[in-house]
This record gives sequence, C-alpha cells and structure tokens, in this order.
Amino acid sequence: MATLEIRDLHVTVEADNATKEILKGVDLTVKQGETHAIMGPNGSGKSTLAYSLAGHPKYTITSGTVTLDGEDVLEMSVDERARAGLFLAMQYPVEIPGVSVSNFLRTSATAIRGEAPKLRTWVKEVKETMAGLQMDPAFAERNVNEGFSGGEKKRHEILQLELLKPKIAVLDETDSGLDVDALKTVSEGVNRVRETGEVGTLLITHYTRILKYIKPDFVHVFANGRIAASGGAELADQLENEGYEAYTKGGASA
Amino acid sequence: MAEAQNTPAGSTTAGSIAVAAESTVATRMSAPPSFDVADFPVPHGREEEWRFTPLERLRGLHNGTAVATGSGVKVAIEAPEGVTVETVGRDDSRLGKAGIPVDRVAAQAYSSFEQASVVTVAKEAVLTEPIRIAVHGEGGVAYGHQLIQLGAFAEAVVVIDHTGDAVLAANVDYVLGDGAKLTVVSVQDWDDTAVHVGQHNALVGRDASFKSIVVTFGGDVVRLHPRVAYAATGGEAELFGLYFTDKGQHQEHRLLVDHNTPHCKSNAVYKGALQGDGAHAVWIGDVLIQAAAEGTDTYEMNRNLVLTDGARVDSVPNLEIETGEIVGAGHASATGRFDDEQLFYLQSRGIPAEEARRLVVRGFFAELVQQIGLPDVEARLIEKIEAELKASV
Repeated sequence: MATLEIRDLHVTVEADNATKEILKGVDLTVKQGETHAIMGPNGSGKSTLAYSLAGHPKYTITSGTVTLDGEDVLEMSVDERARAGLFLAMQYPVEIPGVSVSNFLRTSATAIRGEAPKLRTWVKEVKETMAGLQMDPAFAERNVNEGFSGGEKKRHEILQLELLKPKIAVLDETDSGLDVDALKTVSEGVNRVRETGEVGTLLITHYTRILKYIKPDFVHVFANGRIAASGGAELADQLENEGYEAYTKGGASA
Repeated sequence: MAEAQNTPAGSTTAGSIAVAAESTVATRMSAPPSFDVADFPVPHGREEEWRFTPLERLRGLHNGTAVATGSGVKVAIEAPEGVTVETVGRDDSRLGKAGIPVDRVAAQAYSSFEQASVVTVAKEAVLTEPIRIAVHGEGGVAYGHQLIQLGAFAEAVVVIDHTGDAVLAANVDYVLGDGAKLTVVSVQDWDDTAVHVGQHNALVGRDASFKSIVVTFGGDVVRLHPRVAYAATGGEAELFGLYFTDKGQHQEHRLLVDHNTPHCKSNAVYKGALQGDGAHAVWIGDVLIQAAAEGTDTYEMNRNLVLTDGARVDSVPNLEIETGEIVGAGHASATGRFDDEQLFYLQSRGIPAEEARRLVVRGFFAELVQQIGLPDVEARLIEKIEAELKASV
C-alpha cells in the first residue's frame, strides 16, 4: 500500500531579497485509500506544501523528509515525482501555447505509464472520462489551458487525475472559483478516483463547501506553516461554525 | 501565448498603424531605392534600416571592402522539363524588373554580380517536380543575382537551399505572369560562420499567386528583405517564415508588401524560436496600402518563442493605410517565453524537461508548417527543428 510520509518539513521562499520560512515543521502521513483535508486561512502555507511536494523550483527545502513508499521524494526531479505516482492538481494551471490538450494528455500518459497507450483504447478512455466531467469533445483540440475559464481549468486538472491514476493526489484549492454545478461535477471526478481505493488524496481547501461532496477521513487545520490540529470530519464542522481564529492567534493549540 | 508581460527584458514588440499622406516606409530610409551602390552612404548603424544589424559582423558587405573572391559560392540548378535555365551577363535586359535595391548591401550585390541565373517557366507549363537551386558556400565572398520568371498561368515550386560557409550578398527576383502560381522555399541552412544578406523581390501579375516560405536556421548573420509588389489587380501573396535563432546568431527578416494596386491580398506569418546567449531575431513587417489600392485585404503576424535567457527579439509590424476603401488590414506581434512555470507544469505531469521543450516548440511551429502544403518540405522542416532542439539541450 502506497504511503506518503512527510516528516518535520521546513520550506523557505525568496521574496523581496529576503528568505522567508513558510513551512515550519509539517508532519503528515497519507496512505492509499485515505482522504485528508487540509484546511487553513490564506497565507498559512497550504499551497506551499502542495508545490513543495511536487518540486516547484521556487521553494527550498531546508530540513525534513518526504518519502513515498520509503523512496526519497525530495531527491527526485519534478517529472520523476510524477512518474513515481505523485499528482498535483493546480489552483492556477498555466497556459501552454501550441500544445493541444489531446497531445498533452497522450504525452503525459505515455511518460507516466512508461509506454504509449494503445491508440484505440486511449481515445475511448479520454472520451469517456471527458464525458464524465461534462467536457465537450472539442476541448481536446484546444491548447492546454489557453483561454480556459476557471471551471474548464479545474475540469482539465481532474481529467488528468482520472487518466494518470496517481498513488497520491494533492488537490490544491480545486474548489476555488467554481459554481455549485461545476463543484459537483469536479467532485464526482475526484470521487471516481477515490472509489478505486488506489489513491491517497490530500485535499487542500479554504472552505468547507467541497467537503459536502468529498468526504474526508481526516481533517487537519493548517496555521502558521504547520498542522495545528487534526481530527475527523467533525473538525470541519467546527471550523465552519467557528472559523480559523482560534488557530491564527498566537499559533497552534486545539 | 502570454504576451506583453512575458516579453523578455531588452526585447521590443512595437507596432504602429499610420494613416499618412506620405509614406514613412519610403521616407525613413536613408536613401531612395537605386541599383547603384554609390547612391547609398555607408551605414553607421543608427539609420532606421540598420539599427538592429551588427554592421561589424557583415564582413565589409556594407562598406565596399568585401571583394568577391571568385570561388565564393557554387550555384547548381536542377530543373524538370519545360524549364529554361540560363546564365547571363549583367546587361541582360530582363534583370532588375521586380524591384529596386532599397539598401546599400542590396545595391552592392546588384552593382557587383558578374553573372546572373535566369530560370524561366514557359507560359501554361505546370510543373509536377520542383526546381531545385543549391547555393553552396565555399568559404569566400560572393555577389549574386537570380531571376525566376513564370509565364502566364504557369505553376511551379522552387526550393532554394543555402548551405556551407560564405559571405554572400545576393538578390532574387520573382516575376509572375498573369494567373501564374509560384511557391518558393528558401532555406538558409548555412554554417554558423556564414553571412548572407539579400533582397527578394516578387512582382505578382494579374490574378497570380505568390507563396514564399523563408526558413532560416543557420548563419552568423542572415538579413533578408522579402518584398512583394503587384503588377495588376487580383494578385495574392502569402509570406511564411520560420527561424530558429541559436546562441550568437543574428537573423533578420524585413518584409514589405506594397499594395500599389486594387483588389490584391497578402498574408504574412513569421514564427521564430530563440535559444542561447546573444541569439537575436529581428522581424520588420511593413505593409503599405497605397491610395489606389482599394479592396486590399492584408494581415501580418509575427510570433516569437524565447526558450532561454540571453536571447533578444525585436519585432516591428508597421501598417500604413492611405485609403479606407479596403476589405481588411491587420497585424499582430507577440513574443512569449517558455518559462519555468510552463516547464514545471509539464514536468509535474511526468514529462521530462527535454521532451517538454520539444513538445512546446513542435506545437509552436506545427500550425505554420502545416500551411506550407508541400509534404517533403514539411517533413524536412520538422526534422530540422528536432535537430536544432537536440543540439541545444
């Protein structure tokens, strides 16, 4: 069973000619089949955690470890992490001019699976997955993220999640900017992947709204660069009622 | 493509649409067009037409010190049946009819060549095989002139290949008879030491179609002036260009479409990728719609993709309109970067960095390559782009 282990992770970022520590000792274990919600106020470092796991060059790991099934993730390049089974659904995916969605998906699937998927089954697979996310087939011929609406970008991220079948999926504010219908559709996509029992999900969100559609096994409150409290789904209800204030004032206690 | 905000530091993407009583395309040049090099002062580099060009790397083509060495370049022409190939002297009356040199190096070429090649496709001849012109540099200095002329309703494809090393100033004239169709592919696949400067003049006959594909990969300095004018109404010109500017290379394409006649069309699309320190691409797109040219339909576009730091693009589209009675006129220019965020996104989907770069560049050029309409040329270009990418990573 695949396990992602984050131990005492410290991460800094360069901003305005100064080094700023964003993550201040994160500990978290995510196992295949589990869904963890990470909730926290803006600026608490939730997205930094997501991008650090994926290997974004902007972030410097100063101490701590991240392993996937015992393998050192921090030693791997960005693409190696993806091939090892780590997936990040981004909050703001970038435009890739000149590269069509269909070309991109196939290139990516080939890299992740280690061989080119058979064309006929691949076309069918993409088509069905797109239909599940209520995406127009014409979408495949557009350039990656170019001119996509906020909702289209998120659907496209979840389309990749479904096709690439990672061991660990990190969803960075996938719910932000979505209307209720889009949120339902996107959540259904995430749930289809979760129901296979083969993915560990780290759901990063600011709002509890998405947790109506994607039921977490664990809820963690993220504040001041670390996990300030952990609990079950009931912790989300408490946050819904009381907000983050208890965690943002004077640091961690719960 | 992410546009203004992604323009690399030091690059310019300026554009203008002028509605002028007097053409600045003509007046901003330092001297009026002339066949005689003596009519042009030696450029010092601050002139509008020379300000982007590293004069010191022209090896004397611009100041009269580059003396032809006799074995500068070898020209070999392979033509299918129905085509006449001649080598003629300077006094041949057919030469110089498509356009007049607009700068000192073009005039130097016209004043200095000893023999010209004249390729004639008889009227109504429709060639099934391309005419192939191989220009191979032998390491010397050379001046040249070529004339390719199509009789009425003739159809031909011409592929001009430039390879080897040379310091070459040469002009090419294309004269299209009524209803003729000419496609020209000019490939600058020079060694990285070559210097190549030239003016390409197309004179498009009544209802004739001219398609030019300019492909520049090599050379230390390549500076080309593809120019189009119309002899009568109904002409069409498509100007496609593709360049891949590497470390230290200067590749400059200066287009002019002179809509001097009513009811003509033009469409220009140039795309370039740059990589490496000191890679410099210049694109000037001048379109002039003269007062008489009612019913003109024109569009021009330049796109650049900067793959690494240290490369520079100057892209200047310029549209001058002297009549409002036109079908359409537009231009666009954008320079984007293949940046770290795009690389991160593709890598985060398992795609290795080298392949990510290939994917983006292939995609960037694919749309243009597909418009060429000549499968063997397309295949060769894609192969060449792959080779350029391989050399870089």
